[in-house]
Amino acid sequence: MTTRRIEVPVLTRVEGEGALHVRIEGRAITDLRLRIFEPPRFFEKFLEGRTWKEVPDVTARICGICPVAYQMSAVHAIEKIFGAAITPEIRDLRRLYYCGEWIESHALHIHLLAAPDFFGYPDAIAMAREYPTEVKRGMHLQAIGNDLVKLLGGRPVNPVGARPGGFYRAPEKGEVDAMLKRCRDALPAVAGMVRWTAGVKVPEVIREVPWVAMRHPDEYPMNEGRIVSDTGLDIDAEDFEKHFTEFQAPHSTALHAHLDGQPYWVGPVPRLNLNLDRLPPETEKLLRETGVAWPSPNPYHGMLARAIEVHVAFIEAIRILERYRRPAKGYVEVTPRAGTAAAVTEAPRGILWHRYTLDERGDVVHAHIVPPTSQNQAAMEADLYQSVQEALDLDDAALTTRLEAAIRNYDPCISCATHFLKLTVERT
Amino acid sequence: MSKPRVAVHKFSSCDGCQLQFLTLEEELLTLADRVDIVYFLEATSMIDEGPYDVSFVEGSVSTPHDVERIKRIREQSRFLVAIGACATSGGLQALRNWGKLDAFVNAVYASPEHIESLEHSMPLTDHVRVDAELYGCPPDQGQLKSVVTDLLNGVQPRVPSESVCMKCKRDGNVCVLVAKGEPCMGPVTRTGCGALCPHQERDCYGCFGPQGGPNFTAMGQCFLGLGLAPEDVTRRLRFIYSWEPAIREASKNWEAQGQTHTPLPLQRTPGDPS
Repeated sequence: MTTRRIEVPVLTRVEGEGALHVRIEGRAITDLRLRIFEPPRFFEKFLEGRTWKEVPDVTARICGICPVAYQMSAVHAIEKIFGAAITPEIRDLRRLYYCGEWIESHALHIHLLAAPDFFGYPDAIAMAREYPTEVKRGMHLQAIGNDLVKLLGGRPVNPVGARPGGFYRAPEKGEVDAMLKRCRDALPAVAGMVRWTAGVKVPEVIREVPWVAMRHPDEYPMNEGRIVSDTGLDIDAEDFEKHFTEFQAPHSTALHAHLDGQPYWVGPVPRLNLNLDRLPPETEKLLRETGVAWPSPNPYHGMLARAIEVHVAFIEAIRILERYRRPAKGYVEVTPRAGTAAAVTEAPRGILWHRYTLDERGDVVHAHIVPPTSQNQAAMEADLYQSVQEALDLDDAALTTRLEAAIRNYDPCISCATHFLKLTVERT
Repeated sequence: MSKPRVAVHKFSSCDGCQLQFLTLEEELLTLADRVDIVYFLEATSMIDEGPYDVSFVEGSVSTPHDVERIKRIREQSRFLVAIGACATSGGLQALRNWGKLDAFVNAVYASPEHIESLEHSMPLTDHVRVDAELYGCPPDQGQLKSVVTDLLNGVQPRVPSESVCMKCKRDGNVCVLVAKGEPCMGPVTRTGCGALCPHQERDCYGCFGPQGGPNFTAMGQCFLGLGLAPEDVTRRLRFIYSWEPAIREASKNWEAQGQTHTPLPLQRTPGDPS
């Protein structure tokens, strides 16, 4: 048997750093490990002893790209403990806040992280020289997403506006009207991006792994809903730990997770697959026009699923902005009390589950956070295993490129859990 | 003349600082016209191991491997800029510096022997010489662009060290501390955010680190006047910039001697013309 060894020092265009190690003997994969080195940041421990009001300011800092998700899962759990009921207006504003995050995170992923793979560029900057319209359009949409987060949070990274009970400040009508105009004006660009994304030629693969996402009686899920799967799971966030187990693999500092002992898949593709009947009519029409068959078992449809969700988020944002009436206050008063509660929301990368125990002052006694990237890690490894088998005849460089793209399909947010991603392929 | 070779490196962090580059939107393309971005893992697959004219470094040094890496980056970089709270102070994760690392590792991981971590999460300056520091969690995009412009023009970058209050007053905000009675840290916090929290009608929590001449004792006494306990003052100090030397000392002082401080009343009595 010939001995081949490939080493790629770092995997790029993902959030955070990690490593992939593959050993192939003949045509057999003898070792495959997606390594995630998390210089551990111990957020759950840092939360202990902080007051309820500080929690969203801490959790925002787990992830630079999806702070809204980390704030939302936290405030929902805290409000549940306090028995606080928010108003329909605040509920709308939270959905708007989440729309902003989906737009910025998805637009960033599609244009800056994923697309260069399929057009043969090292990065979006190089790609912009040949495809200026597409890349600039993506950056323009990303900017609108950031500005929606800014409208309610003050800034897109580590926003400061959210609190248990609502938002410290309700935006002025004038600010809202200006955003509404920008969102409406951008709709043709969003549709253009969806069509462009649908036209990108991607590998046709099938990954048979349970899809897990939230589901709401009549909305595309963001802040509220039950956790469901295509295998019949339908549970409340409180029952998460009865079905999902976290475990530590020796090669990674991010905890892995299983659903009933098996890998599972969260994120835009599973979410869209499980919520096709919850799309706004305009989005549904656009989805049909793309000619891609949904539900899809193909992680390479992640770019398109994200584009579709950007469209959903724009439609939703416009709807909410249109009917905005400035409330007297952006939040309802909450009264601390002791208790334990869990909450789940749909982060851009998939379900984000939090559970808190607070004391009678509302100080954190215990916090437990399960980020989407940890949940996907087992499914990503299974996918990589299949990807290697499907692409054994490629040369080392092409195989490496293929595996990197396969990892990017999941848009791993390694910082939420990790740090060093090194790619090593050994063949003997 | 060839364009400056610029690198963006990440250590222990949330990626939020480098995201300040990636959310420059079209200005990112303008930046790429003026400099060669030769190392930026989150943005490009091209990997250039140096040397670099300028390295921007995000994150704190928290593993034995980090120590080796930051030393190598220093050797390869003509100018090294630390960006953000983690790189300039150890960051939020420096909260672990206040407790026993083992206790944290054991609480989060079932098999702690696989976890490699230094006892402390430290700023870059603990291990290498740094040529400029840009504060904030995250740093302000305007300040980031001004640092880049300074460097392109051969000027030593400087960021203002006045307090958040100065910007807040100029913007005409109602004082969160005095008028609303919220424990706002604006008076002791460095400017740069645009008085973000007061604009959001809430108290500043100090995410840009200490201003040039902070008076933590008076701040804490004001907080006592609002009904906070000395341990609340300590906790508010021990947050984003807990390991920054001035804040570290102030928080130790409040922990040890908080009980001896007297409250400063903030609310004026009605009709008091002063």
